[in-house]
Amino acid sequence: MCLLDIFILSCFIGYFAIWSVTPVLHSPLMSVTNAISGIVIIGAFQALNNIHAQNEAYLLYAAIFFASVNIFGGFYVSARMLNMFKPKDKQDD
Amino acid sequence: MIKTLIALIYSMFIFAINGLSTPYKAYRGNIYAIVAMSIAILWGLFELNPQYLVPSIIALITGALTGIIAAHKISMPNLPQMIALLNGLGGLAAGLIGLTETTNTDYHPLLLLFIISIGFITFTGSIAAFLKLAGIRLFADKDTLQTISLIILILTIISGFYAYHNGGEYLWGFIALLCLWGLLFILPVGGADMPIIISILNSFSGWSTVLVGFSLNNTLLIIVGTLIGASGTILSYIMTKAMNRSLRKIIFSPPLAITDDIPDKNKTIHQGSPQDAAFLMENANKVIIVPGFGMAAAGAQHELANMAKILKTKYNVEVKFAIHPVAGRLPGHMNVLLAEADINPDDVFELKDINQEFQTADVAYVIGANDTTNPLAKAKTDSPIYQMPILEVEQAKKVLFVKRSLATGYSGIDNPLFYANNTLMLLGDAKEVTKQIVANLEE
Repeated sequence: MCLLDIFILSCFIGYFAIWSVTPVLHSPLMSVTNAISGIVIIGAFQALNNIHAQNEAYLLYAAIFFASVNIFGGFYVSARMLNMFKPKDKQDD
Repeated sequence: MIKTLIALIYSMFIFAINGLSTPYKAYRGNIYAIVAMSIAILWGLFELNPQYLVPSIIALITGALTGIIAAHKISMPNLPQMIALLNGLGGLAAGLIGLTETTNTDYHPLLLLFIISIGFITFTGSIAAFLKLAGIRLFADKDTLQTISLIILILTIISGFYAYHNGGEYLWGFIALLCLWGLLFILPVGGADMPIIISILNSFSGWSTVLVGFSLNNTLLIIVGTLIGASGTILSYIMTKAMNRSLRKIIFSPPLAITDDIPDKNKTIHQGSPQDAAFLMENANKVIIVPGFGMAAAGAQHELANMAKILKTKYNVEVKFAIHPVAGRLPGHMNVLLAEADINPDDVFELKDINQEFQTADVAYVIGANDTTNPLAKAKTDSPIYQMPILEVEQAKKVLFVKRSLATGYSGIDNPLFYANNTLMLLGDAKEVTKQIVANLEE
């Protein structure tokens, strides 16, 4: 399957997955997607393996740093929010 | 083996998003996403050439600490700033990756130019959104800014052609112009349009990930990036629908004209005191609370929860919350604040589910909302908010309007509700007023 096919099919999955999200959780949705946009860190690792000059490595380390802020900041703030939405009777366990 | 791993990772991300369909599954969904991300990072580090391993791990850990500290410190009313900033960093990371790929002839230069463009525009656009949310004032008026940003856009496109053909030095000029344009194009956008702008920037950070995936031939980045892009796009669609405004209008329209057609002689308001408000509410059967950005700005959610609790337990009043889709500065912002104050989610309703209930309500308590309740949206065809779906608070027997002053809302239009006979204005800070009402209710 070529990349374009994967992209198009992903668009459909994204469309249905996102419409199923309840409006109550739209803020956590944004922070979760913030966090998973940090997946681009994989791209930075991959690019590091193919660099031609040392100064490119510095740019990629910076990319890793920013993606990492996204991942950890995004997941942490999502967890904080979703914890508030947890049903109260189950919150103690 | 690696293909199975990739399939596992993206499946878990899709499950995570799907978990957000109900609050009960959502927390577990977040954990799925965390596990998937951990696998992805470990796999990336495992494949990494050992000579880059140590600096990469250092960058990863410092980033992690920065992110966690920021996320720990941010208060829920300031959540939109945090989200805006994270959108920007996602774009920046993608932009930087695109930049390093330019020296490699394997990649198509046009694709790289797109990655760089979207990445850096997302970055500086998000910085502008962050600054606006943090409350900075514009240094020039909106029209001037829009003219300057148009000129810079043209220069950016021209420099893009040079960068495409010659690369090198031109690329840096192109990036500088791009960054400047990103800032200038978001700065004139109004505060109430921020939910839409943040959603768009959110989708940009996803699309830039998709493009990086195309350049590196990486299916995982394409699938996950598309999920993010779809999320931001659909959210901005929902928001524009809820405001009945087109994207073009939000970004390019001149400031909305102030249309004022309420005759001055009718402009008398009925000002009430917290005592009056407490009296009205404790004798009501049903109270609907309508929170807006003013509640977030004042941080009044805990007082509000307290008020609802006393009304329910001491006076046996039915209390419900009504939320307009664009209330606040982030989609779902009000829901988060109410959840923070431990308000039962079963008492919180969306616009379409509660609108007909205002007819049977004795009191509508409007706290920090304005344009989302303005009846002109239905009546006045030339009004800038005409046909924007509103919460029909005017149907309630009595409307209590908590507001700092009589100033118009973001849209610059007057609200006839202020002067209606069944409206009682409670002028003051949302938190203070609610606190005084609570004090009166407790007596």
